[in-house]
Amino acid sequence: MSSPMTIIACHECDLLQREIPLPPGRSARCVRCGAKLYRVENRSIDHTLALTLAAAVVFILANIFPIIGLQIQTTRNDTSLINAVHTLWNQGMWPVAGLVFFTTFLAPAAVLAIMIHILLELKRERIPASFILVMRLLQIFNPWGMVEVFIIGVIVALVKLTHYGTLIPGIALWSLGVLTLLMTATAASFNVHDIWNRVHSAPRRGGSQ
Amino acid sequence: MSDTPVTAAVRGLLSCHVCGLLSRGGHGGRTLHCPRCSAPLHVRKPNSVARSWAFLSAAYILYIPANVLPIMKTSSLFGAQSDTIMSGILYLWHSGSWDLALVVFIASITVPLLKLIALTLLLISVQRRSTWQPLQRARLYRVVELVGRWSMLDIYVVAILAALVQIGALATINAGPGALAFGSVVVLTMFAAMEFDPRLIWDHQQTPQEREIRS
Repeated sequence: MSSPMTIIACHECDLLQREIPLPPGRSARCVRCGAKLYRVENRSIDHTLALTLAAAVVFILANIFPIIGLQIQTTRNDTSLINAVHTLWNQGMWPVAGLVFFTTFLAPAAVLAIMIHILLELKRERIPASFILVMRLLQIFNPWGMVEVFIIGVIVALVKLTHYGTLIPGIALWSLGVLTLLMTATAASFNVHDIWNRVHSAPRRGGSQ
Repeated sequence: MSDTPVTAAVRGLLSCHVCGLLSRGGHGGRTLHCPRCSAPLHVRKPNSVARSWAFLSAAYILYIPANVLPIMKTSSLFGAQSDTIMSGILYLWHSGSWDLALVVFIASITVPLLKLIALTLLLISVQRRSTWQPLQRARLYRVVELVGRWSMLDIYVVAILAALVQIGALATINAGPGALAFGSVVVLTMFAAMEFDPRLIWDHQQTPQEREIRS
């Protein structure tokens, strides 16, 4: 029922407001508290799907290749994300290991997988399987994906290590940088409000517009 | 864009926190479910203030060991060294990376502290039914939600250092108990912010009658 007369409540201050049609690319803010209410997309499903798939590929690269290697005299030690989690776990820091694993691997992986699932099904003009469940999971996982914080953490660690020995940047370091950009772009063009309305009001329309 | 200065709660409407759909609330104590996505509906997040206080108090308590205990232990040929969050920042500062020292200082010291203070302020003001500066408080809440995640920075630094510097007798870095406490503070303050219902800020602004007189 996304007719021009739809009434919505601001999620941050509960004020009732009428949903108005907006030009593509613009967003509506609450008149009272300024919270972002919804956005009208000028990007198609294809555009968002392309970004998400690219992010997924880079995500895989960022996790299979080493992030940095450290060479001291003849010994060289490379670390990947999973390595770092493993080391923390072995040091008896399993809650910290779990937190790092969850925020840099599990949550971003879940978010990407859910987005791809939803977008692929919408592209085929179908209602995604377990749509309600995956939308809730997306909402739960979203705040916990912290790839952009992780990359800054890696840079700080790099600086702290410069006097230890020779640092060898790995493929995953560049991948993480690209992944941060792609995930930001994906988040900006994946429109939850729009997807709810699309599935709710016209299940068989879908597709790119 | 609006000409109805009335909230959903005043009109007996419930907005779904998952899909955003507005639906009519019923009577009686039964939990209602959203007709679109079947998520449980509430006028306001249940026990929001009490739950938020619980997470926040736990965060306050753990904030002390997070700053006092070492987050990292370095042992090398030249001896052993323990680093707290602050000493790690001082190290960066003295080694000439003042810019990174500043980034870590903001992420690890300023952000958690401001987050604790901001959430305390929001909770007290809501409990006292304050009508003071609702827009500024709403903005404060938005900032808290936006920057909270950046405190994880130091945890990641320790994770990378501990993984890389494992070169037997030459040098070994281990995560310390401070990292555990610090990680807990970040997670607990994130939970406290998630439990807080920003709509409470606006609930005591005006009665609907007052509003009708005004408009």
